[in-house]
Order: sequence, then C-alpha cells, then structure tokens
Amino acid sequence: MEFTISILALPLISFLILALAGMKLPHKVAGGIGTASLAIVAILSYVTAIQYFGAGRGADGLFPTITPYNVTWLPLGETLHIDMGIMLDPISVMMLIVISTVSLMVHIYSFGYMKGEKGFQRYYAFLSLFTFSMLGLVVATNIFQMYVFWELVGVSSYLLIGFYYTKKEAIAASKKAFIVTRFADLFFLVGILFYGYYAGTFSFTPDVRLLASAGIVIPVALGLMFIGGAGKSAMFPLHIWLPDAMEGPTPVSALIHAATMVVAGVYLVARMFPIFIEYAPEVLHTIAYIGAFTALYAAVVACAQTDIKRVLAFSTISQIAFMMVALGVCTSADPHEGGLGYMASMFHLFTHAMFKGLLFLGAGAIIHAVHSNERSFMGGLRKYMPVTHITFLIACLAIAGIPPFSGFFSKDEILTACYSYSPIMGVFMSGVAALTAFYMFRLYYMIFWGKSYYETELKKYQKGEIAEKPHAPHEAPWTMTTPLILLALVSCIAGFIPFGKFISSNGHAYEIHLNAAVAISSITLAVAGILTAAFIYRKDSNRVILSVKVQSKKFIIAAYHRFYMDELWLFVTKRIIFKGISRPIAWFDKHIIDGFMDLLATASQAFSYSIRRFQSGNIQSYCIWFLHGVIILALILIFLV
Amino acid sequence: MNYIQFLEMRPEISLLAIFVIIFTYDLIARGKWRHYFHPITCLLLMLHTGICMSESYREIDIFSGMYYTNSMIGILKTILTGGTVLLVLQANKWLRSANTTHKQGEFYTLLLSTLLGMYIMISARHFLLFFIGMELASLPLACLVAFDKYRHHSAEAGVKYILSSMFTSAVMLYGISFLYGTTGTLYFQEMTSGIDGSPLQIFALTLFFAGMGFKISLVPFHMWTADTYQGAPTVVSSYLSVISKGAAAFTLMTILIKVFAPMIEYWQIILYALTVLSITIANLFAIRQTDLKRFMAFSSISQAGYIMLAVIGGAKDGMSALVFYVLVYIFANLAVFGIIETIEHQTRSNVSRDDCNALYKTNPRLTLLMTLALFSLAGIPPFAGFFSKFFVFMSAFKAGFWILVFIALINTVISLYYYLLIVKAMYITPNETPIPTFNSSKYSRISCVICLAGIVLLGICSFVFEEIDRISFGM
Repeated sequence: MEFTISILALPLISFLILALAGMKLPHKVAGGIGTASLAIVAILSYVTAIQYFGAGRGADGLFPTITPYNVTWLPLGETLHIDMGIMLDPISVMMLIVISTVSLMVHIYSFGYMKGEKGFQRYYAFLSLFTFSMLGLVVATNIFQMYVFWELVGVSSYLLIGFYYTKKEAIAASKKAFIVTRFADLFFLVGILFYGYYAGTFSFTPDVRLLASAGIVIPVALGLMFIGGAGKSAMFPLHIWLPDAMEGPTPVSALIHAATMVVAGVYLVARMFPIFIEYAPEVLHTIAYIGAFTALYAAVVACAQTDIKRVLAFSTISQIAFMMVALGVCTSADPHEGGLGYMASMFHLFTHAMFKGLLFLGAGAIIHAVHSNERSFMGGLRKYMPVTHITFLIACLAIAGIPPFSGFFSKDEILTACYSYSPIMGVFMSGVAALTAFYMFRLYYMIFWGKSYYETELKKYQKGEIAEKPHAPHEAPWTMTTPLILLALVSCIAGFIPFGKFISSNGHAYEIHLNAAVAISSITLAVAGILTAAFIYRKDSNRVILSVKVQSKKFIIAAYHRFYMDELWLFVTKRIIFKGISRPIAWFDKHIIDGFMDLLATASQAFSYSIRRFQSGNIQSYCIWFLHGVIILALILIFLV
Repeated sequence: MNYIQFLEMRPEISLLAIFVIIFTYDLIARGKWRHYFHPITCLLLMLHTGICMSESYREIDIFSGMYYTNSMIGILKTILTGGTVLLVLQANKWLRSANTTHKQGEFYTLLLSTLLGMYIMISARHFLLFFIGMELASLPLACLVAFDKYRHHSAEAGVKYILSSMFTSAVMLYGISFLYGTTGTLYFQEMTSGIDGSPLQIFALTLFFAGMGFKISLVPFHMWTADTYQGAPTVVSSYLSVISKGAAAFTLMTILIKVFAPMIEYWQIILYALTVLSITIANLFAIRQTDLKRFMAFSSISQAGYIMLAVIGGAKDGMSALVFYVLVYIFANLAVFGIIETIEHQTRSNVSRDDCNALYKTNPRLTLLMTLALFSLAGIPPFAGFFSKFFVFMSAFKAGFWILVFIALINTVISLYYYLLIVKAMYITPNETPIPTFNSSKYSRISCVICLAGIVLLGICSFVFEEIDRISFGM
C-alpha cells in the first residue's frame, strides 16, 4: 500500500504548481492540472479500497489497520511523540472514497461553473489545498496529525468562502467561519493536550491502563474534543458559521460545506469511538441529545428560508446532526447490542455526501441559470432544465428517505438505532425525518414548479412594461451536468451497498436488515411530508396555506431569522466579551505591557548613546580594551572565586 | 613516524588538491578559459563538499593523538565547506568586476587556505597543531580583508585586522606557554590530568580565552569587528561572520570540555560574563547603526553571544545546539550578506538602511528573502532561527543558567527591534526613488534559493537536528 503516499502528494503538488505558477497559466491548463491530479487520486483511492477490502479479514475477523507510512515528526518524550503518516482502516478508506469522488466531481463541475471567473487558477489551487488537507485529516495516524490537518482544512475553507474577496458579505462570512471554528478548535487542542498528557500518547490506541487510571480526565478530554468537532460539524450553538459560508462559490459549498469538511466532526467522534464507548459513554449520550436538538432546530429553520442555498445549509446541519445522534445513541461496541449507530452514522455520512453534494451542485446549476439564490426568481424551471430537475428530484427523494434511494437505507438504520436506545429518541428523530421530507420538497416545488418568474417577466416585456428582455433559463453545460448524473446514479444505488460488511462498531461483519416497523413508519412519514409540501407549494396561492401563514406569522418570522441565534452570539461577544473582558485587557496591554517595552526601548537607546565612544576606530585603544578585559577577568577569577 | 597516516586526513587532502588545481589553473588559464574559472571552482568545491560528507562518518585518531576526527567534527567540516560554496556562488559578480577579476585566483586560494586552517583547528588535539591551524585560518583572512586594496577602507580594515590578530595571537601563545609550563605537555589528552586550577593556570585560561574570544568576537575582545566588517569586501565580512566564527566557537567548546574540564566553574563564569556583555552591548550598538555591514557586524557579535549559551553547559545537547545554530546561522546570515552584496553592486558604495527604503516596490522577491532571513536571525517562528535559538536556550536552561537565559530572552526582544527596522524600511518607509529593479547573477540566485530553503525547511525537518543530536558529544 506504499502508493497511498501519492494520494496525499498529488493534490499538494498540484496546489504548489497552481499557487506558484497559476496566474501565468491559461484557465484550462490550470483547471486541467487540478482535475487530472484529482482524477489520479480518485483512481488510487478506489484501488486502495479494492485492495484493502479485497485482502479480506484477518484471523481475528477484523480488517487489519495498516500504516504504510509513519514518521516521528516531533519527539516530546518517551512515548509521547507527534507522528505524521498514513493509516488505513475501514473508515479512513471509506472517507478516501467519499472525498476523492466528491472532490473530483466538483473539480469537473467547476470547469463550467467558474468559467471566465477572475481568479480561476487561484480557485483550483485552493481546491487542491483543501483536498490535500482533508485527505491528510482522514488518514491521520494520531490525533495531533488530525489536528494539524484539521486546521489546514479550516484555512482552505476560509480561503474558499472568501473567494469573491471584493464582496463584503463573502469576507464577513469567511471571517465568521474561521473565527467560530477556531474558537471551537481551541477546546479541541486543550482536549488533545489533556489526552496526550494522561494517556501518554497521541495515538488512537492508547495504553489501556493509563486511561483507566486517568479517571475523570479522559471524559473531559473527549468532551473538549467534541466541542472542536461540533464547531466544524456545525452543531448547535456553534452552527452559526455554516449558513453564512454559502457566500462561497456553490461547488465549494458542495465539497466543503456539505460532503466533506463539515463531517470531520462526525469522523472525529467515530475515530475516538472505542475510547468514547469504553470510558465516556455519558459524553457520548450528551452528544446524542445535542445532535437531536440541532437536527430539529435546523430542520425548522430550513422550512422558513427563501435562499435555496441556505435551505440546503440548514438541511446539512440537520443531517450531520442525524449522524451525531446515531453515534451518540450507541451503548456498546457490539452492533447487535446497541452499537448499530456507529455503522448507521458512517453509512449516512457516505450516502449524505453523495446526495447532498448532488443537491448543492444542482442548486449551483440553477443559480448559474437564473443568476440568483432567491426562490422568487425561480419557479417552473422543470421545463427549462430537465437534467437538473431529474437529478435534483432523485436527491430530494434520497434525503427524504424514499426507497430505493440511498438515504432511505442509511436513515432507516439511524432510526432503528434511535428506537433501540429509547423510544422517545426514536419518535423524535422520526418526526425530524418527516420534517426533512417536507422542507426538501418545499424547496423542490418552489424551484421547479409553480409560476415561472421568467414567463411572468416575458409577459411583462411583451406588454411593454419592462424594457429589457429577460434571459431564458437554460440547461447547464455538459461539464456541469455530467457530475450531476454520476452523483444521481450513485444516490440511486449506494443504498444497496452491504455497508455493515465493511464497517461496524467492533469491526466484525454485520448483516444489515431492515426493521419492518421502522421502515414502514418512516416511509409513511416521509410520504406525508412530501404530500404536505406538494399540497402547499405546488400551486402558488392556496387558501389553507395563507391562513396557516397568517396564524403562525410570528413563528415563521422567527424561524426565518434562525430564532435569533446570530443576534444572541453578537450580544454575547460584543456586549459581554468585548466590553467586559477585552477592554480591560487591552488597557493592561497598552499601558502596562507596552509601557514596559517602551521603557526597555528608551533605556537601551539612552545607554547605547552613552557608550558609543568605545568604538572609536582607534586600534591602540582596541588593544587597551582587550588587555583590560583579560586582566579584569583574570583578577575576578583568581581573587573572587 | 608513519607517513601513511597522512592518507587518513581525506577532507584535508581533497581540499589541498583543489587548492593546487586552482593555483595551477590560475597560472596557465588565459583568454576565454578565465571565464570558466568561477564555475569550475564552484563545481570543485561542491565536489569537495560531497567528499567531506561521505568521509564524515569516520572516527580517526592519528599521529599519536594529535589529529582526531569523528562524525560530529566531520559534519561540522561539511557544514563549513557548504557555507563556503554558497559564499563563492554569491561572490560571482564581485569577482568579475574590473578591479578584481585578474586576481580571482588569489581570492580562491586564500579562501581555501583559511578553510584548511579551520579544518586543522577543529581536528587538532595538540596545542601546537591547533595554533598552526588557527594562524593558517587568520593570516590569509587579513589579505582577504584588504583585498579591495584600492579602496581606502578595505586597506585600513586589513591593517586593523592583522594588527589585532597578531596581538591576540601573542597573548594566546603566552597563555599556552603557561599551560605547557605547568603541565609539561601540549597534548590535550595528557594535559587534562595536569589541570588543577592554580592561579597560573587560571591566568593561562583567561589568556587563551581572550584569543578565542577575539576569533569569535566576544565583548570586550570584539573591537576589531565593526571596522573590519565595514571595510572588508562584503563576501569576506560574510565569511568572517559565519564560517570563521562557527569553526572558532566549536573549537572553543571542544578545548573547554576536553582540556579545561577540571576548571569548569572558572570558565563558566567567564562565559557567563562574556555572553551577557556580548549580547547586550552588541545589541545596544546595533540599534544605532545605519550602515548595513556595520550593523551586521554588531548583529554577529550578539549572535556569537547566543552561540556561547550552548557552550556554557559543556554538555552533549549544548554541542548539538551549537552545531545546529551555526548551520542555521550560516543560511540566514549568508542570505543577508548576499543581498547586501547585490545591492552594493547597484549602489556602488556601502549600503545604508536608507538605501533599502521601499525596496519592496522594485525588488519584491529579494525583499521577501531578506525579510525571512532577518526573521530567522531574530528567531521568529516558524523559521529555522527560532528553533536554533530554542535549542540553545534549552541547553543553557538545562545546565541551570536560567537568569542568563532570561537576559538573553530580553535581548532577543531588543534584537527584534533593530532587525525589524530594516524590514520596516524595505516595506513601509515611503521613498520616491527606490533602487531600480535589477537582476542578480544566476550564481547568487542559486545561493539565495538554497539559503531560503535552509531558512524555511531546517525548522520543519526535525530529522536534521535529530541527526546532529545523535552524533554529538559532551563532557
């Protein structure tokens, strides 16, 4: 498996080439370099997966953990050292597939989407950087390497959100994303340091005796690590950066803010799962409750958004929360007894990456066609964009949980896991799943059905009310539709992958079987959600909906404003932290610390002025000084020591 | 005597062979062959670096203990040679200028003899051989300092250097004679048992120390430094500041731990005092300098003080910190001097800080390299200089000198100020007429890229330090 190093090396090389020489290259060449390197990475990832899973299980019935590369980067102590390397185990191999597939699709798609943009080469350079960092994150051999790449993905996400750096909103959004996730990462780092100190290692397989003797520290460390993961994975209340991050180019949202980077938090919890389940089950269950609340919150907010990318962003938050819940409801490492959630979570991560990537890319195609994110500029697009329409519908069906599309299977496993943890949790998550079906089809009908904005405008133009003839929406070019079709195909068939055979909480093979009661109830709920959405949004105005809207106006407005979470954060930061804490510290810094530095500077200036005569340029005096030095030193040594 | 033993000194033999080749080439090459002189020398020196490196992992003890080398010494020789290669690459334009081109050969041969002197100095385990090596390293340097003899400053610097050098050599020899008188031997190994800390030996130690302090330019034995650096051709100042200093610092450490080990409490006091003085006084002087070469002279004195922090513990980790410091320092300082050299070539006079004003606008890449090199010298992470300073501080800290480390830390703050003054001049200070855009020679560009790689990568690639640490030795 030595070739796996090139999976990391190629995107890095591509980044370096594009970053250093990019602006001199023509657009097509620059994009070509990025895409070609990604294509090779994708092939290598598939080869890795085939070889890895093809090699079969070891004598103990587990897939072996392979470490083709591992170098000690910083030795800190006897056992404590920071390594850099590549580790292959079922989940990292699965992530390789997810990342390289979605990233390749986005690379191809961007050819069409970003065509003619200023900074095209820069865009591809950042994409390569992101892919490199994300791949490095998932194959990390230890928690510290994971942290290093974790920060790298943060940086590349920052760079890509702020890609349109002349746009004020984009800059604000990129800053927000960076600051919020960095804030969370602070806890992550503290958690890592605790872990490293008490477990004596940064590796994922610590000495069991040390862990057991560390007592309460390990749960605390894991909890702190989860806060870092919650920041990246946009768990309530740290989710505020993700909706704003939609200011970045849409393919970036598909890659980073839907399929890969935002699931890093889930991946982190899955990575530490054996330690969680053994030493901190309470923390794990807390994660489940946080996840459940986030899932509901985001789903409700998604119902009231008008910007299609924001709807998708909140849907992403909600779906990631599903994965977190699935991990959190695990009560043992055995998939047959309470450990099902682990497999379900990874399964959902896989299918979600595909259909959510597809949804975002589809949204990108729509935005590309109508030049706006707002739903009021859409409507009736199914006639103009057939390919986008069909693929988008498939993705909607997948996320709503309609068989045979992939989302059904993974969500079903999650719900089964929830029911086996507690019926309340199961019912709650089923409700959120129904809500998911509702808001997704609300979105679908608003975009593709209803009154066409273009046709209305056209009529106005024909009547002479407006001077300019509106552009007709058109289907996207083949570079954009090909990835849509490919991802739609994956979304159709991915559910039939016998996922449990590859990944399960204790590593042993697990046969996925559908729980009939859960399956039927969730399908019923999903269909109910879809029908409600169809009833309300398929036609434009509807008396029932109007009366509902009027009656719950306050609630809808609150949901539209995301229940004022951003305002709450602003209040906490600006009023409490800035005024109450930062200002006194700033005063201290300015007057005491800077004052000391100024004193140092003034004193050295004055002293330096007073001794300048010693350097006279006169060789005789130099020799005198030399001799004086010798004699004084000798006298000190002989008489004073 | 067994003359076959000479064959064991392979780096020295190879260097001598190159010396002879260059000397002969200088005599016979005419016409267009003169043009190939510089590239051929560079190639030969690179080849020699390779030989040095391949020969470094050997432990040799010949001439009944007079000459000794092990992997650490071998690595240091390789580092010094590598630094010399970079230096010769940078010297390209200067060597081809009208006043110098006819005596290129002299430059190479003089340079190589000093290098040979340093080899011998490092490997010597006998005071006489050590002294010969040191003189071989100093006397040709005086010629090099005065190389631009048509320039008044250069000649003056040469005179100052040779006079003070003679003076110190005499003082040092005086000290060595006391040692011989009290112990009856000049072999390091045999001498240690005779060292007992009698007042005469203390006096001898001080005299010896003064001589080494002169080479390393520690306060108060540093007086020659500023005038010489300022007057000498930039390439030679650069050589004095890194290569010569590195060799001397290493030799000082080996002699202290090999010979003067029983007097450790005495030389630790000397080192303590000299380190504090060097770092502080040099910093205070550096603040006031506007001439860049003179400024770098004071900077190099304070850097020498930091190097002494590694020596003071006399332990194994101090040795590795020292060699790593020298390695990093070579890259950063050569980068700065190399840039001063190229700018000097444009302005045709000594470079002052005001010449650098707004250099960023016209020569952005050069400015960036200069900035990184200055950052490294100041010890800003993540550049190599930060790590080398860190290891040096760690070694002094482990030896228990935490007040000293604290003083040194305060001084890094001051040094940051004056290094940043240059950065500020290059980026922020407005200037209507910055030095126009120019292209430096290909050779000096290669050298700059290597320096840049060293500055950036040495800190990140931990294995370099680990390797040095593995082979280092202490008391």
